Amino acid sequence: MFKKRIAWLLLIAFLIITLTVSGCGGNNQSAGGGKQEQQNEATGTEEDVIKIGVFEPMTGANAAGGAMEVEGIQLANELYPEVLGKKIKLVIADNKSDKVEAANAVTRLIEKEKVVAIIGSWGSSFSMAAGPIAKDNQIPVVAASATNPLVTLGNDFYFRVCFIDPFQGRVMANYVYNELGARKAAIIKEVSNDYAVGLAKFFTDTFTELTGDPNCIVANVDYQTGDQEFSAQIQTAAQAKPDVIFAPGNFTESALIIKQAREQGVNIPICGGDTWEAPEFLEIGGKAVEGAVFSTFFTSEVPITEESEKFLNEYRKKYNQEPSSVAALGYDAYLVIRAAIEKAGSADPVKVRDEIAKTKDFVGAAGIITLDENGDAVKSAVLKKVQDGKFVYQTTIEP
Amino acid sequence: MKKKTITSLLIILAVIICLIIAQRTLDSFSLRILNLSGVYIIFAVSMNLINGFTGQLTLGHAGFIAVGAYTYSLLIMDSDLKQMNFFLKPLISPLDTLQLGFFPAMIIAGLLAALTGFLVGAPALRLRGDYLAIATLGFGEIIRIIFTNTQSITNGSLGLKGIPKPDNFFFIKMDNSLMWWIWVAAIITVVFHLLLIDSSYGRAFKAIREDEKAAQAMGVSLFKHKVMAMVISSFFAGIGGALLASLIGTIDPLMFRFTLTYNILLIVVIGGMGSTSGATISAIVVTVLMEALRFLDQGFLGLPELPGLRMVVFAILLLIVVLFYPKGIMGNEELTWSKLRRLFGKPFAAKEVNR
Amino acid sequence: MTLELFLQHLTNGISLGSLYALIAIGYTMVYGILRLINFAHGDLIMVAAYIAFYGVGIFALPWYLSFFIAVLLSMTLGIITEKAAYKPLRNSPRITILISAIGVSFLLQNLGIVLFGGRPKAFQVPEIFAKVYNFGGVNIVGVTFFIPVITVILLILLVYLINFTKAGMAMRAVAKDYDTSSLMGIDVNRIISLTFGVGSALAAVGGIMWSLKFPQLIPTMGLMPGLKCFIAAVVGGIGNVTGAVVGGFLLGLGEILLVAFFPDLSGYRDAFSFILLIIILLVKPTGIMGEKIAEKV
Repeated sequence: MFKKRIAWLLLIAFLIITLTVSGCGGNNQSAGGGKQEQQNEATGTEEDVIKIGVFEPMTGANAAGGAMEVEGIQLANELYPEVLGKKIKLVIADNKSDKVEAANAVTRLIEKEKVVAIIGSWGSSFSMAAGPIAKDNQIPVVAASATNPLVTLGNDFYFRVCFIDPFQGRVMANYVYNELGARKAAIIKEVSNDYAVGLAKFFTDTFTELTGDPNCIVANVDYQTGDQEFSAQIQTAAQAKPDVIFAPGNFTESALIIKQAREQGVNIPICGGDTWEAPEFLEIGGKAVEGAVFSTFFTSEVPITEESEKFLNEYRKKYNQEPSSVAALGYDAYLVIRAAIEKAGSADPVKVRDEIAKTKDFVGAAGIITLDENGDAVKSAVLKKVQDGKFVYQTTIEP
Repeated sequence: MKKKTITSLLIILAVIICLIIAQRTLDSFSLRILNLSGVYIIFAVSMNLINGFTGQLTLGHAGFIAVGAYTYSLLIMDSDLKQMNFFLKPLISPLDTLQLGFFPAMIIAGLLAALTGFLVGAPALRLRGDYLAIATLGFGEIIRIIFTNTQSITNGSLGLKGIPKPDNFFFIKMDNSLMWWIWVAAIITVVFHLLLIDSSYGRAFKAIREDEKAAQAMGVSLFKHKVMAMVISSFFAGIGGALLASLIGTIDPLMFRFTLTYNILLIVVIGGMGSTSGATISAIVVTVLMEALRFLDQGFLGLPELPGLRMVVFAILLLIVVLFYPKGIMGNEELTWSKLRRLFGKPFAAKEVNR
Repeated sequence: MTLELFLQHLTNGISLGSLYALIAIGYTMVYGILRLINFAHGDLIMVAAYIAFYGVGIFALPWYLSFFIAVLLSMTLGIITEKAAYKPLRNSPRITILISAIGVSFLLQNLGIVLFGGRPKAFQVPEIFAKVYNFGGVNIVGVTFFIPVITVILLILLVYLINFTKAGMAMRAVAKDYDTSSLMGIDVNRIISLTFGVGSALAAVGGIMWSLKFPQLIPTMGLMPGLKCFIAAVVGGIGNVTGAVVGGFLLGLGEILLVAFFPDLSGYRDAFSFILLIIILLVKPTGIMGEKIAEKV
């Protein structure tokens, strides 16, 4: 009896805590931009500012990616703080690397913060969870680095400033065909990763077209996210005697695959996609990943446009390090929205959307952006190679 | 008996009034969490049937939820939407053109999940204790791995997006009709389980939990009742999965890893293994807490950001309940008026005397 | 398939299998004595790997010392876990202890995320383990030799401990019946702590070997190995140390050969172990080498 009463008291205490916390929590959560809001009140009424929402994974498994993207967005906001004579306020919401949270965050941005447009998110699945909400509320969203084609398909309010998986697959197929002279390829893909499955498919299509040989993919094996032992997959791929192995997937698993392949005496060149551009790829792979080639969005070694130069200088000044690709893309996403507001001459979300859709030959930090009818950027990709434990720029490939 | 029915009806009425008020006053963020609580009530109450009442620790719930979520999504999406989603590998016919309304899609989702429950339960429930736990966990993972690999049916790891929400509630068009579907389903789930537990089947389930050998000696068919509990449990898990898919609007196989099962188990244990009202209360408390405690991950009281701290708190909470309050909030009893009165009666009475 | 390739697959399978076997022994030990699936066993693998990582990385210890400390600390953690989370429940229903074990596993994983961060870390592999040897076209990494050797040494030590020492006799007595053995003057708590200590040390050795072979650390790394090695233990006949080794090899070889002969099924590789488990449980629930154990009523 006594114990039960304690249990009840605990429950009641919990409920009270919950209620108070959710009260405070509500405040906290809008407090991603809490300070900025207070500034609003100090500087003037809502009329004087235009709010742009940002939803990114700031915590959770993808926090690193989200943080890099936000760095780029904040830098752009500092360099270009005004439009139409009004200040632009960034309101940052954390989607916590979680689909449900991503939907919650976007709802909050639209309903509580009344943003004109939204930037985000790192991770295609979070963008897809947010998509319908933006569409229903007619608020335009520009993704910086979400490469899954489904993000913008069937959604007139979703755009992106990066290229999509099909293009990346095509780039890699062209590279291995032309530069490496490969005529036969094997694929080892992370089957539980949408990005890897998409890349593998478009690589296969283009490579088949180039070689004109329906049997040019000599082996096709899969693994699951989190696997660590790949010797059987590697041997199966190597046994088919391909000229190259295409292995799209997470950087950790990919690094282990390359490492194990080299240990097993498999010395066929291995190529992949933009996810490989992470310091852990080099740390885990060590000497084994030397010579690995992959496609990505941007390089800090060779500025592509004048805007790239400006971005690179300012970024190095502010953060004291080399920018990643996604930082440059976040920067571009902000600039595209700002330009659209300027052209629309108002902060009406629907008009802004129409202007974003018309974006053509826009000079961004990570290349020249032209949006196609789906709202996807058509732009150049760069190839990088691991040399002496560093990612080294190889070449730029035009669409 | 009559009094009990009236009280139950009153409670349901009160819940409905609360929902109407909630719908009018809450913003869509809070409504989302309210809906999520409803879905978790369905998950927790259904898992409680097999784990709590029948005493068979099964860890395959995420798999049944996945079956429900996928079935529902594939049935409710129109062919254009499907074509857009399946851009890598086309969906096999006849699924590519098949489209049903919300209610039939949800029911079929439940039935298919129940069928899966039968297919899993029939072999697995011959096992006991730890073996059963591991085998069902294995089945749950196998379902997820199959869904990852069968790209021409489930779209594999790309998942499905744009899953439509219902725009009517039994042919009545209204805003937030999904909230009504979820909560009506939750109420039906709770009432169904309360009635089931009171029936002769329910007593057989409890007899199996208390002592299998004795139950068998009394003529209870162990296998039949265990499988039955499993099938019913997975049916409701499937319904919940359908509602979850509809609520979130996008699903992929990674959502249904066994961490989802663990989360539901956490709710069941905190609520009290073998108490439907406990599971219900606990589902609401835990879902709200999961959201409310987010501040732990973001750094508080000057502490730096510590992503994951929230889940540490939940793990500790689970251990505290298991170690010190193994009965959870409700033990294996149900919430009744007389119990509430007894609980609050004494302190109130004491106060009056003091005055 | 050429002979050379088949031999390479076989070597890979044996190498993976011996790693599974090493961890499965620890599982089967604890289960044999306590009839408890220690869900946290897999997470001890993770903890040991991280301690070894920090020992070398931050405290700049030589690797062997760092490994030794990792084993010692994981052993302590295992004993504390038992005292805190399992001992108070010894007389509760089995389902409660299982849930408690799940809770411990959940806690360790999330503590890992908080303390070590969610991003993967690269484990520094000492040169001696990383060297690659070639035998007539078959390539073998250094660590591959060590794992079976360590497994065999530990196996011999364990068989000796269980069958030929006083403590081992007490362990077997406790496994058969706690109450009676405590009446016979056996300090049951001490024996259980000892079992957990040995089991956790085995998990730690397994964890270090695992990260030497797959040098990538994340807080959830113990999950899959934990499950698979439990399966290996069950397949071999739980409670039977030799059975665990057999089960481990069967699982490792099975996984590799599945992909080798049926590359189209490579996406189902993780499902293989679960399917094997279910088949074994249904056909021969006591496992390949298990003896019939009367269910405790």
